[in-house]
Amino acid sequence: MSRVWIFGQDINTDQIIPGRFAPIMLKNEDDLRKYPFVEHRPEFAGSVQPGDIIVAGNNFGCGSSREYAPLALKMVGVGAIIAPLFARIFFRNALNLGIPCFTADLTTQLHDGQEVELVLEDGVIITESGEKIALPPPPVFLREVWAAGGIVPFYRQHGRFPGEAPR
Amino acid sequence: MAQTLSEQILSRAAGRTVSAGEVASVAVDLVMMHDSLSPSIIKIMEQELGAERVWDPERVAVVIDHVAPAATVQTAEKQNEVRRWVQRQGIRHFYDVGRGISHPVLVEEGVAQPGMVIVGSDSHSTAYGCVGAFGSGMGSTDIALAAATGRTWFRIPETVLVRATGRFRPGVSAKDLALHAARELRADGATYAAVEWHGVEFLTVMERMTLATFSIEVGAKAGIVPPVGIPQQVPDWLKVQEGASYIRIIEVNLDTLEPQVSAPSVVDNVFDLSALGRVPVDVVYLGTCTNGHYEDLAAAARILDGKHVAPGVRLMVVPASRDALLRATEDGTLAKLIAAGAALGTPGCGACIGRHMGVLGPNETCLFTGNRNFRGRMGSPDANIYLASAEVAAATALTGFITHPQDVL
Repeated sequence: MSRVWIFGQDINTDQIIPGRFAPIMLKNEDDLRKYPFVEHRPEFAGSVQPGDIIVAGNNFGCGSSREYAPLALKMVGVGAIIAPLFARIFFRNALNLGIPCFTADLTTQLHDGQEVELVLEDGVIITESGEKIALPPPPVFLREVWAAGGIVPFYRQHGRFPGEAPR
Repeated sequence: MAQTLSEQILSRAAGRTVSAGEVASVAVDLVMMHDSLSPSIIKIMEQELGAERVWDPERVAVVIDHVAPAATVQTAEKQNEVRRWVQRQGIRHFYDVGRGISHPVLVEEGVAQPGMVIVGSDSHSTAYGCVGAFGSGMGSTDIALAAATGRTWFRIPETVLVRATGRFRPGVSAKDLALHAARELRADGATYAAVEWHGVEFLTVMERMTLATFSIEVGAKAGIVPPVGIPQQVPDWLKVQEGASYIRIIEVNLDTLEPQVSAPSVVDNVFDLSALGRVPVDVVYLGTCTNGHYEDLAAAARILDGKHVAPGVRLMVVPASRDALLRATEDGTLAKLIAAGAALGTPGCGACIGRHMGVLGPNETCLFTGNRNFRGRMGSPDANIYLASAEVAAATALTGFITHPQDVL
């Protein structure tokens, strides 16, 4: 089961991880896992479990290009992020790291702390009552990158970028 | 069919005609990386991609600007790793501590040119739109791939047009236009799109950078000012085409535009200064790739000339680049700022990322000429950041509360 973590709108990368906690500022880069939402939601890093889902409002991840924002979320095992709109750099970074992102507004349908089942391959969330919430499928080229596990494995497998004819 | 500036630039880079909405792989002309993400970019290149060399050392630029000079032993060590890598790669466009922020530096050095596709490891890489380049920010993995292969992919963006008419009144400048656009578009109003800024041909290249850098704050992939009236050589295929398609048009009459202020803690929380009420400040911070240019230092010096900052107010001046600092030194601008009580920092990003050189403590209020007022951006999450122009910054430094430049001239 996955716990749902509800966040508001315009969650920026300084809220996900302040610049002062960048890997270059840390003695041990693995310590990055201690700091996602360190100031915005201090209880998050200590209690998030692998597979948990972030359900946020509009414009999630706006601000900086810091890839260590989605990396910190990946390090603690965030299983998916669902928001009506993602800031573009964050979306690319999350895609590149292989974190599933779905474009949907579930902030009112789900509540914070709710336990649900996320079936990634079917793109569906199943609630305690058995209700199935379908997640809109991302475009084909994004699903291909996911399937490979991120942009680097995709490039290594296919020798090309999305939008480029197979060689 | 008529094309937007982004479609013109990306079609050339894709080697075929591309239009908004499609996904295309493109050749990049320049890859920029800075000290904050370079260590992770190098690691991804070497360990995940198995790429020992960058694709073209002439077309990769590396800038030490985010923590410059180093603030801790760790940052010093990481920067030395980057310096050694730059040497091994034979990268000539390397700009070390004190040269300034990547964006103005690459423009000053002539490395960033009109019509180029430039990707940078900094969200404000939209800045290169000030010379009519398609500049876009990306994270470590995308930049590592671009540096290793010379290519990247884009969803070709639609374009939002901001069309200005008239001229700024005294005390009003490009930052006010940028903040006004954020007020209209909101923080997500141009997400996945590009912004074109028309009607601003009278601005200098660095004043245009204020608009271009700010484009990311409305979510944009690129922010381009048509390259007309600038000293750079402009390719003849690059010009605004009649009939190009815009998904949204924002009209702004500069003749009636008032100084704008973005209040904590989201960038689009923008007010006319006159509607703000009395806001006392502890710190005035003049700097960044948005408004730390020579033009900003000069505008502030005209207001501060022969006067002194209010008791209890700290005025930090961190020039965006060494060229800005040199020019301000040569014409007396800097002396006026220092005599008025300014503290001077090394050209670079300064406290914009909250790591050094004037970070804010709890409950402090800062009037900042930068681009983000997020909680914790400049240090304590309990500090308050207001965004405004260099003119408003100088007027505010004189009185100790957020002030219209006309009230002190």
